[in-house]
Amino acid sequence: MLALLLILIPLVTGCVTFLLKQGSAAKIWSLLASVATLGVSIAAAVDKDASARTFKGDWLSDLGASFSLHIDGMGAILVLLTGISLVLVLVSTYHNTYKNPSVYYGLMLLSQAGLMGVFLAADGLLFYFFWELALIPVYFLSSGWGGERRIQVTFKFFIYTFVGSLIMLVGLLYLYALNPESSFALESLYRVHLTPDQQDILFWMFFVAFAIKMPIFPFHTWQPDTYEQSPTSVTMILSGVMVKMGLLGVIRWVVPIFPEAVHHFENVVIGLSVVGMVYASLIAFRQDDLKRMVAYSSIAHIGLMCAAVFSSSQIGFQGVLVQLFNHGINIIGLWIVIDAIEQRLGTRKMSELGGLATTAPSLAILLVIMSLANVALPLTNAFIGEFLMFDGLYQFNVWYMAFAGLSIILGAVYTLRMVQMVIYGKENALTSTMPDLKLNQKLMLAGITILIIVYGVYPEPLFRMTEETVHAIIAQLK
Amino acid sequence: MSQLVYLVPLFPLVGFLVIGLGRNLWSKTLTGLIGCATVLASFVVSVMIFNEVRTPGFTPVTVKLFDFIHFGTLNINFAFQVDQLSSLFLLIITGVGSLIHIYSTSYMHEEKPHHFARYFCYLNLFVFSMLLLVLGANYVIMFIGWEGVGLCSYLLIGFWFTNGDYNYAARKAFIMNRIGDLAFLIGIFWILAQFGSVNYQDVFSRAQGGVTTSVVTGITLLLFIGATGKSAQIPLYTWLPDAMAGPTPVSALIHAATMVTAGIYMIARSNVLYTLAPATEGVIAVIGLCTAILAASIAIQQNDIKKVLAYSTVSQLGYMFLGLGVGAYTGAVFHVMTHAFFKALLFLGAGSVIHAMGGEQDIRKMGGLRKFMPVTWITFLIGTIAIAGIPPFSGFFSKDEILSHAYAHNPVLYIIGLFGALMTAFYMFRLLAMTFLGQFRGTHEQEHHLHESPAAITIPLIVLAVLAAGAGFLGIPAYMHPDAHILEKFLAPVFAASTDMKPLAETPAGVEWALTGASVVLILICSAWALAKFAKFTGPGKEATGFAKILENKWYVDELYDAVIVRPINGLAGFLNKYVERLGLDGIVNGIGRLVQYSGRQIRLLQSGQAGTYILLMVIGMVVLFIVQLFI
Repeated sequence: MLALLLILIPLVTGCVTFLLKQGSAAKIWSLLASVATLGVSIAAAVDKDASARTFKGDWLSDLGASFSLHIDGMGAILVLLTGISLVLVLVSTYHNTYKNPSVYYGLMLLSQAGLMGVFLAADGLLFYFFWELALIPVYFLSSGWGGERRIQVTFKFFIYTFVGSLIMLVGLLYLYALNPESSFALESLYRVHLTPDQQDILFWMFFVAFAIKMPIFPFHTWQPDTYEQSPTSVTMILSGVMVKMGLLGVIRWVVPIFPEAVHHFENVVIGLSVVGMVYASLIAFRQDDLKRMVAYSSIAHIGLMCAAVFSSSQIGFQGVLVQLFNHGINIIGLWIVIDAIEQRLGTRKMSELGGLATTAPSLAILLVIMSLANVALPLTNAFIGEFLMFDGLYQFNVWYMAFAGLSIILGAVYTLRMVQMVIYGKENALTSTMPDLKLNQKLMLAGITILIIVYGVYPEPLFRMTEETVHAIIAQLK
Repeated sequence: MSQLVYLVPLFPLVGFLVIGLGRNLWSKTLTGLIGCATVLASFVVSVMIFNEVRTPGFTPVTVKLFDFIHFGTLNINFAFQVDQLSSLFLLIITGVGSLIHIYSTSYMHEEKPHHFARYFCYLNLFVFSMLLLVLGANYVIMFIGWEGVGLCSYLLIGFWFTNGDYNYAARKAFIMNRIGDLAFLIGIFWILAQFGSVNYQDVFSRAQGGVTTSVVTGITLLLFIGATGKSAQIPLYTWLPDAMAGPTPVSALIHAATMVTAGIYMIARSNVLYTLAPATEGVIAVIGLCTAILAASIAIQQNDIKKVLAYSTVSQLGYMFLGLGVGAYTGAVFHVMTHAFFKALLFLGAGSVIHAMGGEQDIRKMGGLRKFMPVTWITFLIGTIAIAGIPPFSGFFSKDEILSHAYAHNPVLYIIGLFGALMTAFYMFRLLAMTFLGQFRGTHEQEHHLHESPAAITIPLIVLAVLAAGAGFLGIPAYMHPDAHILEKFLAPVFAASTDMKPLAETPAGVEWALTGASVVLILICSAWALAKFAKFTGPGKEATGFAKILENKWYVDELYDAVIVRPINGLAGFLNKYVERLGLDGIVNGIGRLVQYSGRQIRLLQSGQAGTYILLMVIGMVVLFIVQLFI
C-alpha cells in the first residue's frame, strides 16, 4: 500500500496544484505534498513488511500486464532519494519566483510521481508508461521555464530520449512476444529463456534507452545543454534523480534478463564508460559555466557507476547501489550553491566570480564541503561508493580501473579550479555585492552536509537497505 | 589505557567542531585555548599510552570502534592499532603539534577573529587526520587519514585565500598528492585481492605464509608511489617548496615534522612486505638518495629562508627513504623523530625571524639578527648543528645510523649520501650566517622594529632546541656503546619479522669509527667554509650564472613538468572540448535534429511539427488508457 501511496500522493496533489489560482498557495501546497511524500518514502524504506512493499492492481490484464509495484532494496534507496530530493529542491528555491507557479509546481510533483513509478514498477508495460510519464513534465519544465536556448535544447533532449524510449518499447514488445507466459510481469520476464542472439539484440534495444538517460559516452551531448538551459530546480531533479532511471533500468531490466549479453558486451560498455569518464573530466576543466562543469563532472561519475554495474562483482554492485543515493544528494547540494550564486549575481561564469569566501563565507564553506564530496574525499559519502566501485572494476580488469582512476586526479583538478575561481581570490565589483545564503538554503545544505558525513563515516544503514538487491542480482547472474 | 586510544584523535576532532561551529562567537583567546587544550589533552593520553606500550611484555592492541564497510565477505573495520610504532608517532604528532599550536596563538595573532578561528579549526582537523593515519589498523583507515591530511594541507597552504599564487600552490599540492593516492588506492585493491583483507595483521602474516615476489613487488611499488606524493620524493616533490605559501607554523607542523613523514610511516608499517620485495627496496634507496642530493643542491642557491628549509626537508626525507631502502627501519624512524624536532625548530625559528622582519623572507636582506633576537639565534644555531650532523646533537646519530647501514649495503650509496650530508652542512650554515651574522642589510624601518619574539614563540623554540640537542642519545650506535640504542630495542617487535627474514649486514666497529670520524671532519670543514664565506655577505652580488643559475632555478623541473605534462593535458582538453565534443559529437546530433525538423516541416499539413503537441496528445492518450483500465 505504501508503494501505491508514493505514486498517488504526488500524482493527485500535482493535479490539484494545476487548479490553484494563487502562486504562493501552489508553492506551499506543493511543499507540503513533497514533505508528505518524503514521510511515506522514509516509512517505505524502513518497513520490511512485504505487504507494505508490494501492490498489485488490475491494468490491461488481457495484455498480460498489471499495475504491479514492488519496493526492493534498490527501489527503497531510490524512493528515499526521490522523496528527499523534491523537498531539497522546493525548500532551497523557495524564494525564487517562477512564472505560472501553479503549472510549474504541478509539473514538479507530476515528475516525482513518474519517477516513483519508474523505480517501483514490477511490470514491463507499467515501467514503460512511467518512464514516459517522468520525462514529459520535465520536458515542459525545461522548455517553459528554461534559459534563452531552451526551445532548441529541449527539442534535442526530447528527440534523444524519445528515440531511446521508442527503441526500448519495440524491444519490450519483442521480449513480450518471446515470453511463453504472455506476461509483462518482471518475475515472468526473469524466467524467459532467450537464445544468445535474441539476448544480444534485445540487450541493445533496452540498453540504448538507458545509456542515453544516464548518459554514457558518446550519447551524452544532450546533457550539458539541458542542464545548462533548464531552470536549476529542474536540473536538480534531472541530475540528482532522473539519471538514476537509466542505471535502475540496467540493473533491474537488463542485467537479470539478458545476463549472457551483459557478459558478451561487458568490454564494450565498460570501455565506453571508462573512456567517457576521462573524456568528460578533461572537458570539465575547460568549462567556464558552472552548470556545464557540473554536468561533465556528473557524466564522469555516472560513467563509473555504469562501468561498475558491468563489472558484475558483488562489491561493484554494492558500491553502485549506495552511490545511487549519495550521488543524487551531493549533486543537488552543488546545484543549490550554484543556484544561490546565479539568483544573486545573475551569472554562472566562473571567470566573472571570485572572492566569495570574503563576502559570503557560509556559501563558501558549504561549496567547499560539496566539492570535497564531489571529489570523493574519504569520510564523505561519495568515497564509500567510489571505493567499492573502483574495487569492482579492479576485480574485472586492473587496466580499466587504472585508466578510470585518472578521473580521481582530474576530478580534483577541475573541482579545485572551480573552488578557486568562485570563492577564493579577491572580490570584484560584482561579487562584492554578494549577500550570503538565506536560511532555507543554509538549512538544506546543512542537511546535505549531515548526510554526507554520516553516510561517509557510517554507511552501514545503506548497505543493509540494499544488500538484498545485490544478492538477488548476483544469484540471477549465476 | 590503550583501550582509550580513541580519545587521542577525538580531542582534536572536538576542537575542530567547537572552533569551526563557533568561529564567529569565540574570542581569539578562547579559540587559541580550545585549540591548544585539545591537542595537549591528546598528548597527555599519548604519553600514558606510550608508558603502557613501554612496559615489557606488551603485545599490540587492536581497538575496534565499529564496522566501517561490512557486507558479504568484505569486512573493513574502523579500528585502531596500538603498538610501538604507532605510539611513538602519537608522541611526535601530539607533542610537536602542541608546541606548534601554542606558537601559533602568538604567530597568527594579527588575523581577524574568524580567520584566527579558521586557522585553528584546520590545524585541529589536521592533527585529527594525522592521528587517524598512524592509528589505523588497516590500510583503508590509513588511506582515510592519508587523504585527510592532504585536504588540511590544501586548506592551510591556501589559508590566505585572496592571494592567487597561494591558491595555485595549494591546488598543486593536492593534485600531486592525488597522483600518488591513485597508486596507493590500486595498491590497496591489490592487497585486498591477494590477501582477502586489508588488516595489517592479516596481510603481514599471510604475506609471510607465501606470496610470489612479483605480486609483492607490484604492491610495494604502488604503495611507494603513494609515498612519493605525500613525502615529496622524485618525481612528485615539486609541490612541497611551493607549499611554503602557508603560514610558517603550518610549514613546521605539516610540511616538516609530521605529514610529509607519512610515507616513511607507511613503509615502516609495511616492512614485512618490503623485506619480501628486494627490487622495491632498491628502487626506494635510489629514489631516496637521488632526492636527497637533488634537493640539497637546490637548497644551496635559494635565498628565501623558507625555501631553503623546504628543500632541506625534501632532502632529509630522501635520507629517510634511503634508510628504508637499505632495511634500516629503525634508523629511518629515528631520523623521522630527530628531524621532527630540529626541522620544526628551524621552521619556527624562521617564523620568529619573519615575524620580526615584518614579513620579509629574503635572507639577502637580513643579517646580524643575532644581536636583536638572542633566543631565536641560539635555538636556530642548535637546530643548524643538529641537522648538519655534528655530534653530539641528534641529527648526527640518526643520519649516521642511516649512512652506516647504507655503507654496509653498498659503499657507493654511502659516498653519495655523505656528499649530500656535506651539502646539507654547507647550505644550513650559509642560511645561518646570512640570517644571523654580519651586518643588518634591511631597511632602517625594519631595523627599528627588530625585536625578540614573545614567550609563546620562544618557549616552543627552547623546548624543541632541547629535544633537537638531546634526542640523539636515544639511539647510540652499538659500536660506541653496546646495548645503548634505546629506540632500537623499543621498536624491535615491529621490525622483528623483517630482521628475522633478512638480518642487517654488520660493519666492523673499527670501520664505523673511521667512517664517522672522517665524515664529521668533512662536515665541520664544510660548515666552517660556509660560515666564513657568508658571514661577510654584504648584499646581492651579480646575477647567478652557469651552474649556479640552474640550481637557482631548481634544475628547471617545474618548467619541465609544465611543458611535458600540464600544457599537453590542457591542450588535449581544449581540443576535445572544441573539436570532438562541440563540432564532432554534438554536430552529428544537431545535424540529425535539423534533418528531423526539416522533414517535419515538409509534412506539416498533417502535423503541427511541434514536439509539445505530440507529447500532450500522447500523455492524454496514456492517462486515459491508464485510468480506463485501472478503475473501470
